[in-house]
Order: sequence, then C-alpha cells, then structure tokens
Amino acid sequence: MKKNKAFSFFQYLFAIAITLCTLGPFSWLVISSISYQKELTKVPLDWIPNEVTFKRYIDIFTNPNNDIAYAFKVSMLNSLIVSFCVATIALIVGSLAAYAFARLKFRFRQKLIYLFLFTYMIPPVVVVIPLYLILSNVGMLDTKGTLILLDLTFVIPFVIWIMQSYFSSFSKSFEEASAIDGCSRFQTLWHIVLPIVRPGIIATGILAFLLSWDEFFFSLLFTSSLEAKTISVAISEFSGKNAVDYGMIATGGVLASLPPIIIVFLFQRQLVQGMTAGGIKE
Amino acid sequence: MFYKGEPIMKKQLSEQRFAWLVIAPACVIVFGIVIFPLFTTFIYSLKNMDLTSSQYGQWVWLQNYLELLKDKEFWSTTGRTAYFTGVSLTVEITLGIFIALLLNEDIKGKTFLRTIIIIPWAVPTIVNGAMWKWIYHPEYGALNALLTQLGLIDHYQSWLGSPWLAMNMIIIADVWKMTPLVVLFFLASLQLRNLSIYEAARVDGANIFQRFYHLTIPFLKPTILVIIVVRTMEAFKVFDIIYATTRGGPANGTLTLTYDAYLKSFTNLQYSQGATISYLIAFMILTLTFLYVKVLKSEGAN
Repeated sequence: MKKNKAFSFFQYLFAIAITLCTLGPFSWLVISSISYQKELTKVPLDWIPNEVTFKRYIDIFTNPNNDIAYAFKVSMLNSLIVSFCVATIALIVGSLAAYAFARLKFRFRQKLIYLFLFTYMIPPVVVVIPLYLILSNVGMLDTKGTLILLDLTFVIPFVIWIMQSYFSSFSKSFEEASAIDGCSRFQTLWHIVLPIVRPGIIATGILAFLLSWDEFFFSLLFTSSLEAKTISVAISEFSGKNAVDYGMIATGGVLASLPPIIIVFLFQRQLVQGMTAGGIKE
Repeated sequence: MFYKGEPIMKKQLSEQRFAWLVIAPACVIVFGIVIFPLFTTFIYSLKNMDLTSSQYGQWVWLQNYLELLKDKEFWSTTGRTAYFTGVSLTVEITLGIFIALLLNEDIKGKTFLRTIIIIPWAVPTIVNGAMWKWIYHPEYGALNALLTQLGLIDHYQSWLGSPWLAMNMIIIADVWKMTPLVVLFFLASLQLRNLSIYEAARVDGANIFQRFYHLTIPFLKPTILVIIVVRTMEAFKVFDIIYATTRGGPANGTLTLTYDAYLKSFTNLQYSQGATISYLIAFMILTLTFLYVKVLKSEGAN
C-alpha cells in the first residue's frame, strides 16, 4: 500500500512513544536496584547514576545475615517450588479432564464444564474465610503444600479451558485408527493424542506457571513465615514498612520479574498461541 | 471391509467410564477444596457472625444483604470498582487496537517492538504495584522528577495522596501491565484479516479513517467482546495492585469491593459482612458475564 509521509511520521512517533512507555518504568526499576540510596533520594534527580552497586544482588544470593536479602532469596525459592509443582500437577490433571471434555461423550459434560468455568470466575475472597478457619484448625496454615493445593483450584480450571481447544482441533480418525489397532484408551492418549497436542501442552504449562507465580491473595492469607512465603508476599511486606530501602524493593522486584520475563522471551510464539486459543474459540 | 477390529474395540473401557476416570482427579482437587467453603461462606452471610454480639450464630437470613444494600458506603465502593473496571478496560482496548494495528504494519523495528511489548505483562502484579508506588513517590519519585524537569509541574505532587487522583494513578499502573495482553489478542485476530477487502475499499476511495471505522472495527468486534468478558471478570475482583499501592486509601478513595471484603473479614473480623460482600461480588460478576455471553451469542447469530 502507498503511504503518505505525514502518516508514516505519526506511525514512528507512536512507535517511539510506545517503546518509551513500555521500557521506561521497568528500566527505572533496574536503575534503582543498582543505584546508591543517596542518589535515588536526590532532588533534582539524575537519571543515570554516577556510581553503580551490585551489592544488593550479591547480598540476596550470598549473605544469610542480611534479613531482608535472605528473606527474598528463600521466598524466591518457595515461589519457584510452588509454581513448578502447581504447573506440573495442573497440566497433568487438567489436560486429562480437558481431553474428556473435548473428545468424549458423557453425562453432565456441559454442566461440569460450566462448573469449572464458574470456579475459575468466582473471586477467591468468597472461599477464604471458611478455608482459613478450617486450615488453622487442622494446622495446615503456612505450608507450601497447602499453597499448592489452593493455587490448583484456579489453575486446573484454567488449564482445562485452554487445553480443550487444542484437543478439539484434530480429527477423530486418529483415535479410531488407534483403537482398531488394539490400543487401550490410555495408550491412545499417550502415543497418539499427546504428540499432537504437545505445542499446546508446553504453552499451557508455561501459562500455568506464570499464573501461579503471579498469585498473591492466597499466599498473603495462608503463608506467614519463610517456610512457605512467596516472593510477592515478601516484597509487599517489605515495601509496606515505613522506613524503606527503595533500592532493595527494586532489586527484589527485578529478581521476581526475571523468571517470567525470561520465559516470555523464550516461548513468545507458543504463549501467544496458547493465550489466544482459549479466547478466540469462545 | 471386514470388522476384525470390532471385538478388540469392545475391550476398551466404555466412553462414559473412561471420561469419568480422567475427569475425577480434577473434580476431586478443585471441587473438594472449593465447594465446602463456598457453602459455608453463604451460610455466614445468612447468619449473625459478630463475635461480640449476644446473638452470635443466629440466623438472620437476608438481613445482612439488606443492610449492605442500604449502605451508602457499599454503593460508593461498588461505584469505584465499576469506575476502575470501566476506565481501565476502555483505555486498554483503545490503546490495544492502535498498538496492534501499528505492529501489524510494515515499519522498521517491528520485530523489536513485538518483542518488548510483552515485558510489562510478565512483571508480577505486586512488583508492578511496588514499582509504580516508587515512581509516584511524593518526595523522590521518578514521575515528579520527570514532569518537573520537563517544566510541566512547578512542584512535586503527592500522586497517591488524594482519593480520585490515586484511583486514576492505579488505573495507569494497571493499564501499563495489561495492555500488552490485549495487544496480543488483537494481533492474533488481525492476522486472520482479509487484506483484499482493504485494497478494494481503498480503490473505492475510502480513506484510512473510513477503512478503520467500517472494516477494522467490525472485524475486531468479536475479539473486543471476548476481551471485555475476560478482563471484566478480572478487573472487577481487583485486589493485588490496590494492596501493593494504596491499601484502599486515602480516605477510601481506592477501596474496591474485594479489598473491602478482605478488610471486613480479616481486619475487622466482621465475617458476615465480609461473606455478604463476597457473594454480592460473585453475583455481579456472574450477571455481567451472563449479559456479555448473551450479547456474544446474539452478535454471532447476526
């Protein structure tokens, strides 16, 4: 198409504005994490620090005596463990269910789909009061296991929703052929269906990991010590205190953002497919 | 054709049984955890759960609901939640369409833009909140520094210091994180667009605004509706970013429904009130979703 000059000028102007707005805030977080406090609190502010320091990063990884740095490290590990377990379990359990919803005929199928969608939709605040009372009675507060179970209540429905569209995307003849060859239903699932939907499985697994990494409400209410506290809770606790080390919050923030950012860069194409697969179908 | 396969196929589990077998784990985990608390919360909302009351534990049926629905504060909180949802959605969708259209054009640096555009979405919500709180800082914040150095403001502002302004600043933070997601949805559906229609329209003398209004918007309409459904469900239960920035303040200016339910349940220990608000939130979300799905279906029928 022929373009006129003014239009393409505006396009580039817009592109520059988007770039600045997208990268600006996060770049400032990165700069804050490597600046000395005295430079961050200078008025007027210098955007490029005169000196940089990586002390906060080094503290987080190596110094067990700095309480906050140590808390960030342990809670980061907690987040990794919880998100990894949630993604794995949700992927297995959710994909199995999604397969049935997409490919099999059985009673209450439609009703069950709605029930799962409903659980995904309801705000978690609806279930937390009784959950809190029950869990504190049986002594299950503040453990990673509990947090994993709670996260699964919304990640499994999410996986079902996305995986369904992958399972319904190919022809039924594959399964029929395999059944005629004498495969059991589980063999068919493992050898025939799984390879077909593998891209979907990868994308959905990553989305499940990100969903659980970003989870905050359950972690806030049901974890309190370093035993199970996630990085989001550690950061919000630290930034909620009055006298704060802004550089340290920034450092925690950058570290907490790294796993999702790396994942998103590595798997961008699959992720976009996965996200839109669930949305565009219905 | 001969039916040698037939007897072997019969050895397979019946479809019904197999379906239930593979669905069972998901049902056990999800409903096993959710259903009991869901009912219990409903019962709390029908009872007097005030720990200091002499009528503790007695059934009051709909009284909690009626009291709440008569409460002006509850309606202002609902209004604020609707404002947050409406404004952030409108901005995200508008920006999202224009950014997606730009990324769909053949411009230099397109690949670079497409790669970086997703970064904000990857930043965890709590980090996003903490980051913007730092940017908005009244004494050392980057926003104050930037606007002062550009000569746009005379002196430093307290961006989160007044109720209405604080709400809008939080919306900006939410828009920064969520617009990339909306862009990705639009980009995916723009790729399915039939470009020859555009060429034809251009030949017929339709200018860029006419093409945008008569071709692009109607084409994107189903995607817009899907985004509205998904994002409303999320935005209406907003909690995390409020917790990370203003915790409902100042003067309740950013107090939203979920935050209110959280405060009532876990700070004031007003279990009934917390439970009642929670149910009203769920009810509102369900109603909105129902309405949207109706619209979606009637649009689809046309």
